[in-house]
Amino acid sequence: MEEYVLMKGNEAIAEAAIRAGTDGYFGYPITPQSEVLEYLTAARLHERTGMVVLQAESEVAAINMLYGGAGAGKKVLTTSSGPGISLMQEGISYMAGSELPCLIVNVVRGGPGLGTIQPAQSDYFQSTKGGGHGDYRLITLAPASVQEMADFVSLGFDLAFKYRNPVMILTDGALGQMMEKVKFKPQQPRSKKSPHWATTGKTPDRERIFITSLNLDPACQERFNIKLKAKYKEISEKEVRYEKIECDDADYLFVAYGTSSRICQKSIQLARNEGIKVGLFRPITLWPFPYKEIMEMTGQVKGMLSVEMSAGQMVEDVKLAVEAKVKVDHYGRMGGIVHSPEEIVKALKQKIIGG
Amino acid sequence: MTEEIIIAGFGGQGVLSMGKILCYSGVMEGQEVSWMPSYGPEMRGGTANVTVILSDKMISSPIINTYDTAIILNQQSMDKFESAIKPGGLLIYDGNSIIRHPERDDINIYRVDATEEATKMETTKTFNMIMLGGYLKVKKLFKLESVIKGLKKSLPERYHHLIPVNVKAIHRGMEIIKEVATIS
Amino acid sequence: MAENAITTKELVKKENLVYQKTKLLTDDVMHYCPGCGHGTTHRLIAEIVEEMGIQSEIIGVAPVGCSVLMYNYMNFDMQEAAHGRAPAVATGIKRLLPEKYVFTYQGDGDLAAIGTGETIHACNRGENITMIFINNGIYGMTGGQMAPTTLIGMKSSTTPYGREVSLAGNPLNMTDLIVNLPGTYFVSRQSVHTPGNVRKAKKAIKKAFEYQSLNKGTCFVEVVSNCPAGWKMTPVESNKWLAENMLPFYPLGDLKVPEE
Repeated sequence: MEEYVLMKGNEAIAEAAIRAGTDGYFGYPITPQSEVLEYLTAARLHERTGMVVLQAESEVAAINMLYGGAGAGKKVLTTSSGPGISLMQEGISYMAGSELPCLIVNVVRGGPGLGTIQPAQSDYFQSTKGGGHGDYRLITLAPASVQEMADFVSLGFDLAFKYRNPVMILTDGALGQMMEKVKFKPQQPRSKKSPHWATTGKTPDRERIFITSLNLDPACQERFNIKLKAKYKEISEKEVRYEKIECDDADYLFVAYGTSSRICQKSIQLARNEGIKVGLFRPITLWPFPYKEIMEMTGQVKGMLSVEMSAGQMVEDVKLAVEAKVKVDHYGRMGGIVHSPEEIVKALKQKIIGG
Repeated sequence: MTEEIIIAGFGGQGVLSMGKILCYSGVMEGQEVSWMPSYGPEMRGGTANVTVILSDKMISSPIINTYDTAIILNQQSMDKFESAIKPGGLLIYDGNSIIRHPERDDINIYRVDATEEATKMETTKTFNMIMLGGYLKVKKLFKLESVIKGLKKSLPERYHHLIPVNVKAIHRGMEIIKEVATIS
Repeated sequence: MAENAITTKELVKKENLVYQKTKLLTDDVMHYCPGCGHGTTHRLIAEIVEEMGIQSEIIGVAPVGCSVLMYNYMNFDMQEAAHGRAPAVATGIKRLLPEKYVFTYQGDGDLAAIGTGETIHACNRGENITMIFINNGIYGMTGGQMAPTTLIGMKSSTTPYGREVSLAGNPLNMTDLIVNLPGTYFVSRQSVHTPGNVRKAKKAIKKAFEYQSLNKGTCFVEVVSNCPAGWKMTPVESNKWLAENMLPFYPLGDLKVPEE
């Protein structure tokens, strides 16, 4: 029986990656997530799983090392923060276009540009609406605790390999830097088997394999796009994940993910002390987004406040979900400033209840 | 029970590790805990603070701006956090590290002259444990054996030989903590 | 007809076969322009893989550029990299499949412009991969624009009056840079514009693959090549121009050889 340990979210990702039997980690230091690479390089991996860890010369190189490793059929991981994730977009698009699985963690900081190193949730669009070029989707998981930071590593790999698509864990500097108690799954061995699509050397019993996202013939490209579209439809139907907290009697709803969803839980206590019945809808998958499940809440609640540390990004999906049936607004601090539970209650009163 | 604590001082005073030891002590007694540090350039020789929450329920927000307890280790932190303590809350400060004493009359205030006391120990690094001892004397949150277990979990093994001196420092803190003002 | 002349009927008999296309090349028709050095260099690599018996042990990485479709012609496993990223892709493969042979095949735009960082760092880390660098001083696929290796005075569609240093900077001699990196084990510059040079190039490329099994560092072979279409010359003219203009700036030979 594993016991609880106290760990930062970033460290939990690193330890969970080792436990999940990850084959390779390629990354470049950037605040607030450098603990991942530091933890892995200190973890004496040669005595554990033999997992490969390499500090790349850039995020551009790191994501392409993932491409190579994933093409070889291996479980590969990188972690970064907004500016580095922007540099990786080309590689993410290529991996989606070559149907290669990988896990990418974005420990979000405030932007745009170099921005700040403090926590933010302003990379929601980048992660869920493309980021890179072309028609592709990124499965996006949003943990809200150090335990989920750890648990979503193996979940992310499972989804990545099931659908042969990159998966992103979208978290933030607060969850990356904070410590909570966490219990890890037992060590999984690294897989000795290679998927049938991997380039591992052409043996006489099979045709050569090439991994590419190039289709010079538009008809071929369209056929491939249709195939991808069907895959993304299947993911949208099967992989939506969410959590509802104190929703049974709620008149109003906070919609929030990650750190904001934690703060909203405190806001719920404060609001209920004043007699305001508010609940929390927490999307766990940001893509696929729980449109249907949020729509279902419109029969019960009078309004929804999308609470995000951004200028209002997820709120667009909440609005899409409710089809104007109830009032939807956004509240959030930006620039690395984290909203307080009290500020959120005030915003609920002003923007939804009084509005 | 939920205890929301801010520990604030200079980088290098052991602010973050004091928080970690508190958390691990809580884990040893089956509590929920969270440890949320300030991070960034201000860590490099500037101010450091950590929010610690201990609770027997699931912890909602790890980020808060009012506290049951503030453990204050320098003047900037006193200026910043004195007003953030909930009425009826607790303020413990290092008497050697501040020039302006606290003025609130709706909280309980204690003083530990930990900087001075630490110079009398084998190592001045025990400073934060003297403060911790003072806090544990007032709050009586954990059994001492849980704190010692927490220390063991928090310290890398190469520092385990320093556990006895740290325990000694905790006891010293319990002895020297002084009541400044309390509300009935 | 002379006494010892061979008849056509005899000529096609199997026992008189002196040369055939390696089975490591597929039957796909290459898209390269007539006279282009890519086809020759592809054949050399395929022959070497066959001779070494490593078809099941090799994974190649194709670039973006004229040779973007290289994976169509090679009868072994390949990955297609984003522009300039082949050394990073190859690093990922080799680190996770260290027992395999891994190589990149890149043009001058890919290796020496957009991918300079990946090239330098892979070579400096001493990744145990082989890198084949085709340098024809021009961007062929996009229609003849200036490359980092375009010579001073050389015309391209973006240096229509000839490359002028004050405007377009200097040609980059990548291999001379690479040879100084401690991570490289074998560095050579060859060409494929004459049969003799083809034979020398094959020797060098074969060494660059054989040395990979020693795990001693990066093996790097530049192949100075032509681009009849981009240079707006016939294949014969382009080979002559290569000898007279490219080779003085990019002189042939081994630049770094292991101590025996």
